Amino acid sequence: MAADAPVPAETAQTATTHSAPRRLVLDILNDWVTTVDHKKIGLMYIGYALVFLVVAGIQALLMRIQLSLPNNDFVSPQAFNSLFTMHGTTMVFFVGMPILFGFGNYLVPLMIGARDMAFPRLNAFSFWISAFGGILLYFSYFGASGLYGAGSAPDVGWFAYAPLTARVFSPGHSTDYWTLAILLSGIGSIGTALNIVATTICMRCPGMKLSRMPLLVWLYLVTSSLVFVAVSPLTAAQIMLMLDRYIGSHFFDTQAGGSAVLWMHFFWIFGHPEVYILILPAFAFANEIIPVFSRKAIFGYAAMVAASVGIGFISLSVWAHHMFTVGLGAGANTFFVLATMIISVPTGIKLFNWLATLWGGKIHFTASMMFAIGFLFQFLIAGLTGVMLSIAPFDWQLGNSYFVVAHFHYVLVGGILFMIFSAFYYWFPKMSGKMLSEKLGKWHFWIFLIGFHLTFDFMHVPGMLGMPRRIYTYEADRGWMIWNMIISSGAIFQAAGTLLFVYNMIWSYFKGPVAGPDPWDAWTLEWSTPSPPPAYNFAEIPSVASRRPLWDLKHPEDPDSNYE
Amino acid sequence: MARTVWPDLAAQIPTGFSHGSTSIFAPAGTPAHSIFGLSMLVLGITLAIFLVVAGLFLYAVVRYRHRAEDANASREPSQIFGSNQIELSWTVIPILIVVLLFLATTRVIFMTQSIPKPASSLDINVVGHQFWWEYSYPKLGVVTANELHIPVSDPKKPTPSYLTMTSADTDHSFWVPRLAGKMDLIPNQINTMWMDPQQAGLYLGQCAQYCGVQHAKMLIRVYADSPADFAAWVAHQKQPAVESADPQAAAGRAIFQHNSCISCHTIAGTVATGRFGPDLTHVASRETIGSGAIPNNPANLRAFVDNPEHFKPGVLMPAMHMNDKDLDAITAYLASLK
Amino acid sequence: MSEAAVIPNVTTPEWELPSRGVVGMVCLIVAEAAIFTIFVVAYLYYVGKDRSGPTPREVLDLPIFTSVCLLSSSLTVHFAVAALHQARRGLCSLWLAATVLLGGIFLGGTAHEWYKLIVHDGLTIQTNLFGTTFYSLVGLHASHVIIGLIMLSLALIFSLNGSMTAKHTGRLEVLSLYWHFVDAVWVVVFTVVYILGR
Repeated sequence: MAADAPVPAETAQTATTHSAPRRLVLDILNDWVTTVDHKKIGLMYIGYALVFLVVAGIQALLMRIQLSLPNNDFVSPQAFNSLFTMHGTTMVFFVGMPILFGFGNYLVPLMIGARDMAFPRLNAFSFWISAFGGILLYFSYFGASGLYGAGSAPDVGWFAYAPLTARVFSPGHSTDYWTLAILLSGIGSIGTALNIVATTICMRCPGMKLSRMPLLVWLYLVTSSLVFVAVSPLTAAQIMLMLDRYIGSHFFDTQAGGSAVLWMHFFWIFGHPEVYILILPAFAFANEIIPVFSRKAIFGYAAMVAASVGIGFISLSVWAHHMFTVGLGAGANTFFVLATMIISVPTGIKLFNWLATLWGGKIHFTASMMFAIGFLFQFLIAGLTGVMLSIAPFDWQLGNSYFVVAHFHYVLVGGILFMIFSAFYYWFPKMSGKMLSEKLGKWHFWIFLIGFHLTFDFMHVPGMLGMPRRIYTYEADRGWMIWNMIISSGAIFQAAGTLLFVYNMIWSYFKGPVAGPDPWDAWTLEWSTPSPPPAYNFAEIPSVASRRPLWDLKHPEDPDSNYE
Repeated sequence: MARTVWPDLAAQIPTGFSHGSTSIFAPAGTPAHSIFGLSMLVLGITLAIFLVVAGLFLYAVVRYRHRAEDANASREPSQIFGSNQIELSWTVIPILIVVLLFLATTRVIFMTQSIPKPASSLDINVVGHQFWWEYSYPKLGVVTANELHIPVSDPKKPTPSYLTMTSADTDHSFWVPRLAGKMDLIPNQINTMWMDPQQAGLYLGQCAQYCGVQHAKMLIRVYADSPADFAAWVAHQKQPAVESADPQAAAGRAIFQHNSCISCHTIAGTVATGRFGPDLTHVASRETIGSGAIPNNPANLRAFVDNPEHFKPGVLMPAMHMNDKDLDAITAYLASLK
Repeated sequence: MSEAAVIPNVTTPEWELPSRGVVGMVCLIVAEAAIFTIFVVAYLYYVGKDRSGPTPREVLDLPIFTSVCLLSSSLTVHFAVAALHQARRGLCSLWLAATVLLGGIFLGGTAHEWYKLIVHDGLTIQTNLFGTTFYSLVGLHASHVIIGLIMLSLALIFSLNGSMTAKHTGRLEVLSLYWHFVDAVWVVVFTVVYILGR
């Protein structure tokens, strides 16, 4: 490095990682496999989630081809049942969780001015055990038939209701692969959540009081705390299922007096908070991105924190709204109707605060902000269809129909995935040092938006016309075909949009303009480091005096610390 | 039979709610009606919320967009950190809406799930199986499968049908959208629901809880009969199986009784008393076979006995691997079981 | 850092945050408590729903002595931490040894109980719902005792060979938190299995 100008050590170091073709591939691989750096682990989480996103997306395409016509035989019933099981399991456990933990891993230490997570080695362990779980799930395609010549990949549905998972109804090993994969991913999730909580509580830089933490960090704190009380029950239930399948215990064995409903309770005690575990990080991204591109501070910081914590607590008492049709009785149904409706209040508060943040701002329509605005509208609709489903009698009709499928895809795709795309456009420059192409980004937005609405707006209709979910085909005389054709056509647009996004990332990584440390003129600590940040994040541990330390720095005449 | 069907696209566009409809918006019984009424209220309220909130968002996004031509384009807008009054108002208003919706919901829940059963009601036991429905009328002494017959219920003299439901294997769910909301069938548990169609006709539905490979072809057909038709149907179903004089049918009966058929199927009045598969005593009186999968005619019957996997891959009935002569005889026998 | 914004390091007085070891252990305990809750719920849900014997009342005896041993080990581990804090290594080793001994007695008691149940009463995890829920709940707790005993034994070895000193008090305290949790869970398990369930 015989440079004419003195190059600071950390810039030199990052430069070498990027521009030294002399390094052996094995060296680089060794670096990544043995790393305990929260940023590298975060990127690996994101990378592996993206791979699974493509895999599970292809599974969705295959299902849509099958369903575009009645009595189609593009795939066999067994294959279709595996497809929806693998699609759901993959998207929840091996796309949603890792991608959100990936961003959390990357951003939380940077945003609180820390050099790493509280337990870096536990962090690496959690990542690798989750990744191993995903690989194990897909190994079932090769290893699951076992002695019985039974189906290969798991085909019990992602909530795997008992007693369908009992040995007698599910011979072979496919369900065992499913159980083990979920168990491992659960252990990884608990490890990472523990790490995020400990990091947030114990590693904040001087001055970063809880009341000054960026909202993203607050939401990750809530989400990670939820993981302890939500994912652990699933782990316990998986242990029971394994005992049933391997050593003949009777937890869910209905022949010996065991209960099928107990599994439903255990699964949904996990399953519903899980929805919030996934959506809270999406809220977290919105809380950072919407203010920056509106050029205004977030409206109602304290209300936002309170609403998030409130959502966390209430989400633990709503699970049986997935069970309105299992015969809990009128009293229990009424309780869960009320709990479920009440959760819409703090969720509404969040939407209104974002509205107030936009109000009076100067909104910059970057690709990131466009995805965030799409998220606002779609999440509003998802919330309202959620209110419809919370009405138990309405749910007796709509539950387990395509209306429900449309509703939760509105949440997961229209809400979470849109916010994940938004987060990519926003933080990719920080992670890679290069800007993503805005032009391709806007194409990506519009194509994906069209596809999303074609698919998931129209998916509500066959549900209201009586089409149940999880059927590999349907009768021609029910009037569902035209709707299914439209739904399937939207899937093509979504696939094209996603391809464009992947292309944008690869192209921009090599050819994109250099980002610089702070391309968005933003306010939180991660933008005070170079892009990408050096291994130790901050040469000197910063100290902060308000929620927006970089605002204070850029506006010394009017710092936030005057108002907080 | 070609399994890929290309139905006429135009015929697929729903034109009103026809006879074969499974729309929740074409209710034909009291439970479905009260749900329909509630759902209209909910749809109205949520639509209003959507219009107001989405309108505000749209206004904000358009009105407050960054304009490069503005004189102050490079200056930051004024920073507003929050307002307790505003937070309070958008907490209280949603709570009021929730209270309203909750009260309306509670009324329908208790009206449907907690009203006393009238003495004039008809009891039916339903058992879900992979992948078919077993129906029995304990007070009438009738057992049948897959095609449920119930009487039309006159609102002035109601004769609702009460279903007492459980499952023999995995979880299932009984859903006939035009008559009532769904109710799950769960092993080791008894659930109940009721229906009171006010017009005679055929009401369609299907299993709504994933129960295994052939979940998709576990279809439901409910026939609402006029009181006279229903009484005639019951009287016919109570008879033991017809003993056809046709020699081919008699040969088929012998083959049936000497094969493993009898270990799964019942034919009343014969040695066949199996309970694993549908009761076949009056199988020829039904319009479909394979739980609604295909129309009931001799050709389909023959093909189904030969290889049920062809119509329902994953069905639990094994292929019988009979020679043509035996297949013809079995078909003749089954077709004679009116 | 030349191109990056520099955050001024205004030294804030007394910026102290909780120990990450304690916070991490508390998180782990919350997660573990949720797992135990599910097993306890399953136990209570299935109490009295058996279609065949043996029933808890027929075969379960109150393990009073071993329970007292386990609960008193919470005290001894607490004394061990206090001794280490005062840099009294010999005393610390003594209390650790007592803790391991008491935990070992408890484990022996469980082993004896299981032997009796399996061999004499013919109750295995496959027998009925009681067997299923009993062995899984008590077994889950016993496996936590085993893990705790392994960790405590390691601490004892390190204390004896002198590699654990007063500056490691924080770490021993984290371990003691785990051990207190294991004891607290036993109080719940004891109440559910041996009192409510009988």
